[in-house]
Amino acid sequence: MNADRRRTELRGMLFAVAGATVVVAFLLLALGANPWEAFKLLYEGSFGSMAKLSATLLVWVPLVIASASLVITYNTGLWNIGVEGQIVMGAIFATWAARTIPGPGWVVIVAGIIAGILGGVFWGLLAGVLKTHGGVNEIFGGLGLFFVSLGLTTYLVIGPWSREGVASTSGTDLFERDVWFPRIGSLDVSWLSLVLAVVAIAGVYLLMRGTMFGLKLKAIGNSMSSSARLGVASNRYMLGAFAVAGGLAGLAGTTQVMAFHHKLVPSVSGGFGFLGILVVLLAGFRAAPVAPLALFFAALSVGASQLELRLELDSSVGGVIQGTLVLFVLMAAGWQRRRADLRAAAREAQAGSAQ
Amino acid sequence: MMTGLFASVPIIIGLAIVGDLDVTTGTVIAGAAPLIYATIGETITEKAGVVNLSLDGSLLLSAMAGFGIAFLSGSVILGFLAAAAVSALVALIIAYAGIELRLNQIAVGFVLFLLCTRLSALLGAPFVREPGPAVPKLEIPLLADIPFLGKALFQHNLSIYGSFVVVLVAYWFFYRTRPGLELQAVGERPESAFARGVSVRRVRYFYTILGGALVGIGGAAFSLDQKFGWSEGHVRNFGWIALAIVIFGGWHPFRVALGCYLFGALQVVALKLQPVFPGLSQVLPILPFPTMILTLVVINRPGFRALGDRFGSLRKFLASEPPAALGTNFEQQ
Repeated sequence: MNADRRRTELRGMLFAVAGATVVVAFLLLALGANPWEAFKLLYEGSFGSMAKLSATLLVWVPLVIASASLVITYNTGLWNIGVEGQIVMGAIFATWAARTIPGPGWVVIVAGIIAGILGGVFWGLLAGVLKTHGGVNEIFGGLGLFFVSLGLTTYLVIGPWSREGVASTSGTDLFERDVWFPRIGSLDVSWLSLVLAVVAIAGVYLLMRGTMFGLKLKAIGNSMSSSARLGVASNRYMLGAFAVAGGLAGLAGTTQVMAFHHKLVPSVSGGFGFLGILVVLLAGFRAAPVAPLALFFAALSVGASQLELRLELDSSVGGVIQGTLVLFVLMAAGWQRRRADLRAAAREAQAGSAQ
Repeated sequence: MMTGLFASVPIIIGLAIVGDLDVTTGTVIAGAAPLIYATIGETITEKAGVVNLSLDGSLLLSAMAGFGIAFLSGSVILGFLAAAAVSALVALIIAYAGIELRLNQIAVGFVLFLLCTRLSALLGAPFVREPGPAVPKLEIPLLADIPFLGKALFQHNLSIYGSFVVVLVAYWFFYRTRPGLELQAVGERPESAFARGVSVRRVRYFYTILGGALVGIGGAAFSLDQKFGWSEGHVRNFGWIALAIVIFGGWHPFRVALGCYLFGALQVVALKLQPVFPGLSQVLPILPFPTMILTLVVINRPGFRALGDRFGSLRKFLASEPPAALGTNFEQQ
């Protein structure tokens, strides 16, 4: 039965991928680009050389960490659209640490990671408390807090943390070189980021699969009322989910400032929280497929800049492909379920008329 | 020095506003028009029990499409129609996914938000910051000469007059007509509406698409009137602001409109204070969100609820419960 369902799921996925590819190909044709060439450039632009692969991994790290965070909240039945704000808050806290904590580079790096995680926990918990105690739906509470964090970033960048003599939105001063995350040789990507990303997604996989905490979160996600009957203090676990997810998002923000921008910029979250929502929808809320899917999405985002250079297409084409793909996958799942329902209904009707 | 700076704030605001109150009011009213279309559109959709979370994307895409079509055809009317059609199509996808496929409306809406945002950037690239056609000014004779009110209300254009009409018609429709009551019944208790012979499916399709079309008109009102052209930055985040205002407005057309005008006033103040506090204009647009959160927290307090019970006439205006069946899918046999 389970294998049967897996096969159906896989068939739906293939159908969706084919559908999305056809739609995107027609769109590219309409824009005067050769789809085959575009797809080839997307691949070459993201995996074609060591430097390109390193650029892709640079995007993969925050995306996979943000997605890991979202796996937790989704399974608890929470729409944590505020993840974007939790990333920003992590970035702000990590920047604070990088600017003020004295000591050798590695001390500051560790302090930055801890501060970034705490920033995300703080912002995640705030959205959680608003939900559990303030009656504010987490979608809008989280979204509101995201905009507040954006305002705070802008204020810090042009105000107290502005560069000497310039108040511009281009960002704060670069951090001291020794507090940057250590890189792999001459590549842009840091081994520390990669380790953190792998630990984050593996940790969430184990958390959801093998711990009591994960099981309880799933129980809450599956049915609020029945879990309350089972005696799970659902508010406390919901806040727990917000804290852990917020901490992970904060970690993603930390990698954005300490391993990528090396300063605080207004658009520091890079949209990876929102993109992570798409990754997790595509992954069916499971942790295991997140790592490869996030890699695929990172490749689309990075490869798209090649299309801008070579085919003069706006780099948003990467996002168009991602969105179309997820939309088709969701729809395909809906169509399959509907067909199964109709078939079951027909069988029932047949059985009824035979009697 | 800091205290001096803070003390000067109310004075500057006062000067900025009292200086020419009629013109400033006119600017606020004009600036809020696109948001009025979008928020009233979303209110209609949500009253039917469907949530269109794609707003930020569909506003961008319809603003782009409206400007693009008007730019290519030279016709502002065609631009508005195209914008309405694009947003209605996005809404149709959400309605179909929710009603037929019983998919989660939040998930589909969110994916469409990102998709439409990127599509608007991709397809709109040739039109960015191009000068193009705009809605022509149309003073209303006689009314335009009334002191104060004339300048504030009647020296605008059709796009802005339309925003007044939409609010009034929505109010009249929701609370004074039979189809309006049916619409609310579908959003509140779809089972009993269905039992009484209302086709929940048809009502939800119709009002989701209608609401989407209004959102599209809001998009065109941005690119063909308020912002004079298309660029992503001009429209970005207004969809989220609109969704926040619908909640702030408690799904009541007048309170929703009030929210739009408050936000418009905030923007005008930010613009006037720009020379004194650079960066304020970037920080002020976030204010609707903390305001919305605070409003929700206050409104959910037991004491506040008692207020609505004590003053019966205020109840409808103070009520802020979302439609009970918002975001849920209803299976109609």
